[in-house]
Amino acid sequence: MKTLGPRISFYAGFVVGTLTLSVFLRQLWFERQVSTLARDLDYQQQLEEEKKMWKKEGSALYNLKHPHHIGEDSRMADELYKKVRILCWVMTGPKNLETKTRHVKYTWSRHCNILVFMSSVDDPDFPTVGLGTKEGRDQLYWKTIRAYHYVYEHYADEADWFLKADDDTYVIVDNLRWILANHTPDEPIYFGRRFKLFTKQGYMSGGAGYVLSKEALRRFIEGFKSKQCTHTSSIEDAAMGQCMEKVGVLAGDSRDSFHRETFHPFVLEQHLTFRSFKSFESYCYYPVLEGPNCCSDMSVSFHYVDAVGMYLMEYYTYHLRAFGYRYRYQPPTPPGYSINKFESWDAGKKDKKLEQKLVHPDLSRTDKRQNEDPPPVDGKDGPAAAEESASEDTEATVRGFIKTHLKLPEDTVKNITFDRVHRIGAKRTRTGRPRPIGAKFGHFKQKEQVKSRGRELKGSDLSMNNQFPKEILERHKVLFSI
Amino acid sequence: MLGDVCSHSKQDSWLNKDWKDRRTTGGTTVVTLLVSAIMLSDGCSFMKGMLLGGVFCLVLSFLGSFNFSSESSTEDHHHHHIYAPTKDELKRLSDSRVEELKNQVRVYCIIMVQPKTLVYWATVLDTWSKHCDNAVFYTSESSKALEAVDLNEKDDWARLRKALIHAYENAGDLRWFFVAQPTTFAIIENLKYLILAKDPNEPFYLGNAVKSGELEYVEYSSGIVLSYEALKRLMTMFKDEGQCPERTHTLWKMGEDKQLALCLKYAGVFAENGEDRHGKGLFNKQNVVNMIKQSMQDNPTDVVEGCCPDMAVTYGGMSPNQMHVMMFGVYRLRPYGHDFHDWLTFYPPKDSDND
Repeated sequence: MKTLGPRISFYAGFVVGTLTLSVFLRQLWFERQVSTLARDLDYQQQLEEEKKMWKKEGSALYNLKHPHHIGEDSRMADELYKKVRILCWVMTGPKNLETKTRHVKYTWSRHCNILVFMSSVDDPDFPTVGLGTKEGRDQLYWKTIRAYHYVYEHYADEADWFLKADDDTYVIVDNLRWILANHTPDEPIYFGRRFKLFTKQGYMSGGAGYVLSKEALRRFIEGFKSKQCTHTSSIEDAAMGQCMEKVGVLAGDSRDSFHRETFHPFVLEQHLTFRSFKSFESYCYYPVLEGPNCCSDMSVSFHYVDAVGMYLMEYYTYHLRAFGYRYRYQPPTPPGYSINKFESWDAGKKDKKLEQKLVHPDLSRTDKRQNEDPPPVDGKDGPAAAEESASEDTEATVRGFIKTHLKLPEDTVKNITFDRVHRIGAKRTRTGRPRPIGAKFGHFKQKEQVKSRGRELKGSDLSMNNQFPKEILERHKVLFSI
Repeated sequence: MLGDVCSHSKQDSWLNKDWKDRRTTGGTTVVTLLVSAIMLSDGCSFMKGMLLGGVFCLVLSFLGSFNFSSESSTEDHHHHHIYAPTKDELKRLSDSRVEELKNQVRVYCIIMVQPKTLVYWATVLDTWSKHCDNAVFYTSESSKALEAVDLNEKDDWARLRKALIHAYENAGDLRWFFVAQPTTFAIIENLKYLILAKDPNEPFYLGNAVKSGELEYVEYSSGIVLSYEALKRLMTMFKDEGQCPERTHTLWKMGEDKQLALCLKYAGVFAENGEDRHGKGLFNKQNVVNMIKQSMQDNPTDVVEGCCPDMAVTYGGMSPNQMHVMMFGVYRLRPYGHDFHDWLTFYPPKDSDND
């Protein structure tokens, strides 16, 4: 009996020792897991990642990586990126930077040409611009006014279109370019989700985002300078709409060719599933369509998108797809952007005939267009000085014209590059009058330089102007008659 | 002195060292403990016991350390993976062969519903199931609202069996079968792409393959894919009441997906995991929102890339609204100017307006 006591206590001690140490070790193991996780989420690492993604110039961000997929043909998108330059400015505040704005930075805003975050407070690290206002709903119009002034002052030359978005707006910038490619930045026009009330021509919903052309922005700034526009109210979107109307900027129709809306004031789920209600309908300028026709395939924006929603939208837009699926809606190609030159891109023998028929429906039209209707912008026409001959070198004619009549130095003229130069219009054999020459410049700056010499032609029978396709000229007629 | 030894803090030596170092220090500590245990042979037996207990535990944990830390990885360590064909592989095929394959890869969808999940049932009917070559709904009991094959069966496994038998008998010339639940969203085109170059006269049983003990099975809520041959063998297996009984009378019920795996295993058909070339699973039992939330924690600088595959086939646990959104996201929404020029074209179904 005497030996039993110590033996029991031995076994008891054994059990206790095993249990305590096993609990202890398990705890240690979890701690190790957690600590490695913490190391991975190290702040320093994040900063490193960001440096590789963005180029910071003052408060503007330029995306370096310009997200692309392997095996993707994004030549059309790339061309639009170059030609339709969009500056995105995002309305935010210091409290939202980590919870909302960060996710904007990591998703859709990477597709903008230039990105600026507007806040009440300067933050050189994020970076955000301090607009010198307070925070709050009543400050929205002040922030908008100041933001647009800031953007005009610093980046007017670097972009063609100027988009305003909230930090809970998701924007598909590629689709915005698709819409805007049908217009030029010289047009006084702005686009968004068109609402009626408060203004004759309607105004654009603030939350769904709106985009001003360069001319519209210029007129907005001028409007404030001349006191035509003032801080009329704190309801940012309505007030903006009133100013736009005053300075003669047109409220554009952003719907697709099936009349489906592209800018949306709510999240995708709501638009797809809700049954229309009167108060919403009373706001919308165009008739509200329910179900899948609520939203265009080429949708541009959604509002009230939370952090998870940002990544979800990015996944749905740029990543998740159905292999080989032939979409029902084939968006029409914007004028001047021909698909046929992309034909040679790895178009394999499989379904090629089918693809040509379906994916390039404008094939025959674009061919003709190239001969009759040179692309908009960068064009220049006017009755040519020289008589035309059957086999003339139109490019040499134009160069001669620039040297002689516009009086630009020979070296400058030599350096000018043209993509295309040719006579426009049907041959007028009867009247014998020379046809205008259209010249597509290789560089925007060179065109601007040549254009600026226009005053040299004063008093002569020669003229020089931008050339726009028919649709845009029609639109100009409407605008300038206001 | 006893007190010192008894309260000897082994803690410090562990906390400050790396795992690799810990093993060597662990070894030495074990030895010292043993020695001290022996030295205390004339001291308190309780303490001796405790020390030895601790030593015993340490030894065990060392031996089991591989199992400990790689709990999750053994699940992923599948022996069988199924990948979609690469672009080069497809390019090498002739036009007629591609057409043949496209015809061969037509899918019979088996959607297991119940009147209590009516809203989900209606949503599946209205969304992705329209992309199946033949979508048949199998219900446990009839519903006045929607049409389905009434199996009149409450038992889950028995119901699945009946549905599979019915599908086999009514397959027509379809050679692939996809079993889904009403909370599953499937992108049939991506399924077809995955199995494009696979022969349905070979036994294929694929989806999100997971292991439970010794049994490797395809998880139910992320969808189960069966080739004609696999289903045919299953039919034979169903006749064997010994190995593959219709009703189990055990106290605990094995999930019907595990039951299916067992029957198939006896028929020589093994589960395979459908994944993309980056190793991402194409069949997901979680819904996409949860997966993104998880990725926001795990990869905050690369949320979407680190989360979900581009050519995902299924997501489980989807609510009806989430399904409508995914339908739009897959078949409608896209960025202008980006094309993939896939080697195959799948056309939209007739009489449908949400795709």
